[in-house]
Formats: sequence, C-alpha cells, structure tokens
Amino acid sequence: MKIKSNIATSENGFIFNPATGDSFSGNAMAAQLLLAMKSGKPAEDIKKDILEKYNVSADQLERDWDDWIAQLKEANLLET
Amino acid sequence: MTAEKYSCLCIAVTGLNANDNPGPGMAVIRSLKAAFGDGIKIIGLSYESLEPGIYMHEHVKKTYQIPYPTEGSTALFNRLTYVHQQENLDIIIPNFDSELFNFIKIAPQLKRLGIASFLPSHQQLALRDKLNLKDFGAKYDFHVPADHKLFTSEDVKRAADEFNFPMVIKGKFYDAYIVYTIDQALKSFHQLNALWGGPVIAQQFIKGTEINIAALGNGKGNNTSIVAMRKLYITEKGKAWAGVTIKDPKLLELADSFARATHWQGGYEMEIMKNEDGDLYILEVNPRFPAWIYLAVAAGHNQPAALVKMALGEDVTPYGDYQAGKLFIRYSWDHIADIADFQQISVFGEF
Repeated sequence: MKIKSNIATSENGFIFNPATGDSFSGNAMAAQLLLAMKSGKPAEDIKKDILEKYNVSADQLERDWDDWIAQLKEANLLET
Repeated sequence: MTAEKYSCLCIAVTGLNANDNPGPGMAVIRSLKAAFGDGIKIIGLSYESLEPGIYMHEHVKKTYQIPYPTEGSTALFNRLTYVHQQENLDIIIPNFDSELFNFIKIAPQLKRLGIASFLPSHQQLALRDKLNLKDFGAKYDFHVPADHKLFTSEDVKRAADEFNFPMVIKGKFYDAYIVYTIDQALKSFHQLNALWGGPVIAQQFIKGTEINIAALGNGKGNNTSIVAMRKLYITEKGKAWAGVTIKDPKLLELADSFARATHWQGGYEMEIMKNEDGDLYILEVNPRFPAWIYLAVAAGHNQPAALVKMALGEDVTPYGDYQAGKLFIRYSWDHIADIADFQQISVFGEF
C-alpha cells in the first residue's frame, strides 16, 4: 500500500491531493503514519514500530490498520 | 519588444464590475500590472455607472462608458475611436461574453487604428455557445450534459420529464439555477428569459466536483497556458469565492483537446463537473478569462500578460508546469467615492 507520490503531507497531519484539491486534517498518529508511508517504509515495519511504542495488542493494531487503509482508499490517496 | 516598452503600453479593459458576480476586468488588470509594472496605462471601458473599477484610480487611470452590445458594432467602434483619440490605446481586452461578438467584428478596424486584440473568430465563438455546446461535444467526443432549448413553458415541462429533478436552468449569456421542482423551473425560465432573452437552456444536472480551467489558446491548435482550479467555496450564484489550483493530467488533456478541436485564439475558461466515475463533463466554455485569473498568475502562469504579447504579434513560449495548492479567497471591500465622481461618469460618460 503506497501513498500516491503526488500527495503532499505535512508533519502536523495535513494532507493535500494536488490532483483533486481534496485536503484532510489528520491527528498526530495519522501524521506519523503518513510520514512513514511516504518514506517508503514497509507496512510490516510501521506496524512493528507501533507495537513497540504503544500499548496496543497485535489484533487491535491489525483492525486499526485495516480501518486506516480503508480511509486512505476512500480518500483516494493510495496508488491503485 | 523590450520589457521597457511593455511598461508604456496603454491597455483598455472591460469587465470592471467587481461585484458578487464579478467580471474578470480587475483581475486582468492586476495580472497585467504584475507583469509589466504599475507604469502601464489602464483605461477602463464600462457599461454601468456603478462598476467598482471605475472608481479605483490606483488600478484604472480613466474609464469611458461604452454602448451596450445591443447598440451594435458601429456604435462601439465610434466610441472606441473617440477613446483612442483621447488615450492612444495599444490593446483592448474585452472580458464579457455578451460584448465579444461586436469586438470580434470590429477587430480589423481597430487594428487599422493601431489597436491590437487577441480574440477568437465568430465561428469559434459560436462553437462553444451554450446553444451549440451539446452538438460540439458530440462532434469532438467531449462529455457534455444533455440539454433542451426552452422557448415556452411547455418546453420546460418536457425538459423536466426527461431530466427529472434537479436540473439546471441557464440564461443565454449568464446565470444558472439548480431547480428542484417544476415551479422553480418555470420561475427561473421566465426570469432568465426576461433578463437575457431566449432561448433559455435546461441542462441535465451532473453531480460531482466543480472544477474550472483557465487557458490561453494560441489560435494554432495549442494552448500557451492551462491552469485548473477546484472551487472550494461557491456562492448562491454558483461563483467560486475561494478555490485552489489543482493539477490533473486529464484536465490538461481536456483543454488541449479543446484547443486542437477549435484552434481557439485568446483566453477562455472551461467549467467542468467531475462525476464520481472521474468523467469530466463540460458545463460551459466561457470565451474570455475568468474572474479568478489572478490565481493563475500566483501559480506561475500570467495568461493576460501572455495574451498582450501575442496580441502584439510575438511568439510566446508555452508555459510549463504550474504550482498546485495555490489558494484564492475573495473578499468584499467598501470602496469610498464621492457623489461627484458618480455624477461625472453618469453625466459625461467618462471619469
């Protein structure tokens, strides 16, 4: 799952799609995930980092990750 | 031509009505001054005494009232000849759809006087006319919403039967209303018929994202510039009050296809609705720069300045990339003038 290369993201979680003009405001967690994804970090590594940093179970993380990816798809921010 | 020579140009501009349904004149002037400096002489051409630009002398040196389009091209030419005698015009940039027919007609006469312009032909103007847009789209394979020409109340009912609600009722030259009932449709039909004359147009409503494209055709089948903008805030009249530049290859290709099909010469604006499948429907093609044209300048393409150079016979290298994510937010401002100023333009037709 790769974020489209033209999507602009900022450290504070703001996302701008220059092809559509859509913009989104994410929270601190979203900002962190976006930056990691934009840097090309594999999903498994990102999830591993989260498990190490935060008090969350692997099952819960998987569910949240699926939800996150669904939101990115819905917002048309992922490469097809 | 040297940059210094541009700074001495005298350019006449219409569309000084910077109101809630703004003409492009003030944005065109702002663009020209951004390119050529404050030294250029801007002459306003107005129809109404309360067009705000008339009173904004920091932007417009002097304004002359000109005859309404219905008075014909001879009246317009005679008036412009007088203005030329006073001001020694180099270029005229008309900015209203309804005046273009006459300006195109007298362009050769103006040229003989030494006044340049860069306008489409009458044939090009007619191709994108609201009344012909559906046929134009069919011929060149563009998505254009279905429409009906409305001459009577019965026509409105027939259009409603075909399109259902909502549908769009559009004036011949300006204004459009989205209507949800037959009563609203009939009211809009009568209102627009009285205001702009017939036929009024009923257009199929397309749900989606409103996008506009400002472009400058070189008259040889190519565009010198294309800048696309997504509307972020839309007024009750459907006008963009805020917008952001966007960059989508499909939009650029659409404008290029239009230029190839028409060999359009001059500025134009495509009003696009992008539906949820990503299809780009052309709702209208306006034969002049849009009121938001300064956003294109902010994004890196000064289309009015390029038009001036092309009007003067220069080859202008097409602009390349532009910056997506440039935002405009329009605002209103109470400009103060004196009743004597109003009297001057109302009584003498120049101020």
